Amino acid sequence: MSLTDIPPRPLESDERSNSDDAITSGSLAGAPMLGIFAGAVVIGALSWLPFGGVNWARWVIVTLLAYVIGTLIISRVVESPRQATDRFATAVMSSAFLLVMLPLVSVVWTVVERGANRFDWTFYSETMRGVIGEGGGGYHAIVGTLIVTSLTALFAIPFGLFTAIYLVEYANGSRFSKAVTALVDVMTGIPSIVAGLFAYALFVLIDGPGHRSGLAGAVALTLLMTPVVVRTSEEMLRLVPNELREASFALGVPRWRTITKVVLPTAIAGILTGIVLAVARVIGETAPLLVTVGITANLNKNPLSGRMATLPVFSYNSYKFPTLPPEASIDRAWTAALTLVLIVMVLFVTARILSSILKPKGLR
Amino acid sequence: MTILDNSPPGDTDASSIDEPVGKAGDKIFFGLSFGAAALILVTLAAVAIFLFLEGLPIFTSDTAELDGDGSFVSYVGPLVFGTIYISVIALVLATPVAIAVALYVSHYAPRKLAQSLGSFIDLLAAIPSVVYGLWGITVLAPVMARSVFPWLRENLGFIPLFGSDVPIAQSGRSTLTVGVVLAVMILPIITAISREVFIQTPRLHEEASIALGATRWEMIRQAVIPYGRSGVISGAMLGLGRALGETMAVAIILSPAKGYFWDVLTAQNSNSIAANIALQFPESSGLEVNRLIATGLVLFVITFGVNAIARRIANAGFSGADG
Amino acid sequence: MNRSATRAPYFEASIPMTDSVRAPATAPNEPVDANAPVDLPNRIDIRDLDIYYGDFKAVEGVSMTINPRSVTALIGPSGCGKSTFLRSMNRMHEVIRGAYVDGEVIINGRNLYGPGVDPVAVRRKVGMVFQRPNPFPTMSIADNVLAGKKLNSKRMSKSVAAELVETSLRGANLWNEVKDRLDGPGSGLSGGQQQRLCIARAIAVEPDVLLMDEPCSALDPISTLAIEELMLELKNSYNIVIVTHNMQQAARVSDRTGFFNIEGTGKPGRLIEMDATEKIFSNPTEQQTQDYVTGRFG
Repeated sequence: MSLTDIPPRPLESDERSNSDDAITSGSLAGAPMLGIFAGAVVIGALSWLPFGGVNWARWVIVTLLAYVIGTLIISRVVESPRQATDRFATAVMSSAFLLVMLPLVSVVWTVVERGANRFDWTFYSETMRGVIGEGGGGYHAIVGTLIVTSLTALFAIPFGLFTAIYLVEYANGSRFSKAVTALVDVMTGIPSIVAGLFAYALFVLIDGPGHRSGLAGAVALTLLMTPVVVRTSEEMLRLVPNELREASFALGVPRWRTITKVVLPTAIAGILTGIVLAVARVIGETAPLLVTVGITANLNKNPLSGRMATLPVFSYNSYKFPTLPPEASIDRAWTAALTLVLIVMVLFVTARILSSILKPKGLR
Repeated sequence: MTILDNSPPGDTDASSIDEPVGKAGDKIFFGLSFGAAALILVTLAAVAIFLFLEGLPIFTSDTAELDGDGSFVSYVGPLVFGTIYISVIALVLATPVAIAVALYVSHYAPRKLAQSLGSFIDLLAAIPSVVYGLWGITVLAPVMARSVFPWLRENLGFIPLFGSDVPIAQSGRSTLTVGVVLAVMILPIITAISREVFIQTPRLHEEASIALGATRWEMIRQAVIPYGRSGVISGAMLGLGRALGETMAVAIILSPAKGYFWDVLTAQNSNSIAANIALQFPESSGLEVNRLIATGLVLFVITFGVNAIARRIANAGFSGADG
Repeated sequence: MNRSATRAPYFEASIPMTDSVRAPATAPNEPVDANAPVDLPNRIDIRDLDIYYGDFKAVEGVSMTINPRSVTALIGPSGCGKSTFLRSMNRMHEVIRGAYVDGEVIINGRNLYGPGVDPVAVRRKVGMVFQRPNPFPTMSIADNVLAGKKLNSKRMSKSVAAELVETSLRGANLWNEVKDRLDGPGSGLSGGQQQRLCIARAIAVEPDVLLMDEPCSALDPISTLAIEELMLELKNSYNIVIVTHNMQQAARVSDRTGFFNIEGTGKPGRLIEMDATEKIFSNPTEQQTQDYVTGRFG
């Protein structure tokens, strides 16, 4: 139903043909761009010819190069120079992305492919005790990793969480809290090997030179994990609206109960996600464990004394110092690496699930 | 309408307002929080003190039993060089790509895809370095030795980086390969931080640019990049810090030698501090351990400096960007 | 609900209300002479109160008496310290670091700032409702109402808890709207319902005084009406103090009104005048008040 009797003014462009319209001129959008990309893929495939075999890396790289250059040239001819620059930029960005996928997909693929050789029950149920050559497994290393990582989490989570609570809920910008924040930053930047050396030096003072134990490893990893926990928890606690704290205070609730019953439950999704990701970071740490925990062929469940095998060190050691035949050792190294990657992925999925389950529905 | 059947106001005894509520709980909880924060200070002081104490003997004891001329500076010099050289190569390779990927994720990829890409990049940052090391030596090193090194030596040999009398490493275990692996490792870090700042570009700036008829790339150049510059730089510095401290990938891949080497294609390479510690530590004893710990202290100081610069850039940049 | 029919139509615009101010609504069962100080329990006496944030003096020299079973409105331009003053009445301003007061706030003969007084205990006697509704997002509607009790680890039987939920929600005029979804999230309610939930939460602690800091400024007109009606009912049981920017609101709901003003930026806010609402809006003693209520500034 129209409100007026005046017919709408005809649009100017109705009388023109679309092709020379100023706002639709010379477009490569849609099918032509797909065509350019398809052409680039073919050129990439042709790059096999001089060499004979299929080389994925070369295919991808040549394809991307052809795509970027082809886009620039064709768009310059068909469209305007400005359009061409824009399309060129788009092509460069998406190519960069695909280029990055290349090594990363290769890493994952290699780990899965090589790790599959020893991805069997023996690997997950036997140690290296008395094993020379084939057979044996990483059971002792898995147990060691779990023990060291659990100890680390046991130290780092309360340490980091309480520090974050202090910084957000109590500190109020005091000089002390500024110093703590700065030092957390410094801690974030500690190289992992330095953390290992520190733990070693600490335990040497207690126990004498040559000390090796799971506990020392856990201390080193705590140094690496704590700042991550502080940072993420702090960030999440700061996201809790101040209004909720005020509402709780106004009900006559003491501060510590406000923190435990109102603030923490509101932030718990983010905090737990951060903690799980922090665990994922430290579980693959190799260097600090190499200097503090060492490696052994036997199962050692006591973190207080003696060397302990851990997955990353086991993987490194099996590769670097293989026993004869070397293939058996190297296969074990890859399966240990695969196990680590799987654990990290499980932790990541756990983090996602946790954050979606626990997130309070009503948080603005 | 029911009026509250509360007890009538006023019958509560007035003295109850000075009955402390939850005082003990508050004290304990504050104590725990403050204690944890204080422990951070103590821990860091302990790190510095212990490394210093355990590193000190290298300057005070008789160093004749050690290899070489026994001077610490001549020991740590090539390691410092190697550490910085490898990390800078990684940084130079990674940064442009990381920025492009970050822009792709923040401004080009479809919104839904962008989110999963973001978490995928986070996942990559968490892949253990030993895995990257194994991949580097097994997959990348042969490829580099076969197709990249000869080409660089032939075509760019006039640059000292790629040309010297030493033949190229047939195993591919050279500085350049390590640089590429470290670039892949720090790329997710730089990307994640850059993406964060690019996303935070004020909508107004972007829309102002688009409304003037800018193409997407022009909008990015006018609005996004100026806004995100300092964030990108500090992300790159953090990536550099990570590369400086990276141990296992270097220890597994690099074929080290003692001395300063510019050529990135050969089997003679300056080792990095961290990798040197990892390689030497298990077989060291006595003063050698002290020497390794002293190099660790040097590494700590270098990374500390880099991170401090990164933070200064980040802070200066963000306060300026808002103004 | 029938009371609303007789009220002046709601309007938001700041039209000066010099001569046609409605008489303050009186409670049906207990008429109060707004001007005479009543010696009833829960009267609040404030004596020469200065409020500081660190070196900055935010409020200076406020003395007033707030009568129980009435609604007292505090009005004034932005930044005049009326909210700060309100928060000092249950020591909520102390949440900000460096805040302190000089002077006395006396309820039932006890100085809130006397030695040995626990601010946490004070807040159980003096409840507060905030500008933006802030139900706890992790809790259900029922748990929100019980929050004050539960967070203080008071154990109570299910029947007692259910009763408290019902009386509080009825008290906040919300029971009929939410009785079927008490286990649902508090954040699923509309803004006005959320604010009434916050009021229910505040009265479930059984305070003597209820402070309201611009409780309607984030709400639409209909929700505002509901809250205003609620205030008129609540004043039969509570001593209500409300800060508002909306002069019509002050005129509609309050028995007495205090006008705060500030001389300039950086200067402390002062109580300029306090009197029966009717008088403040029709014939104030001070020229500043006259200027403000007629819309000449502010």
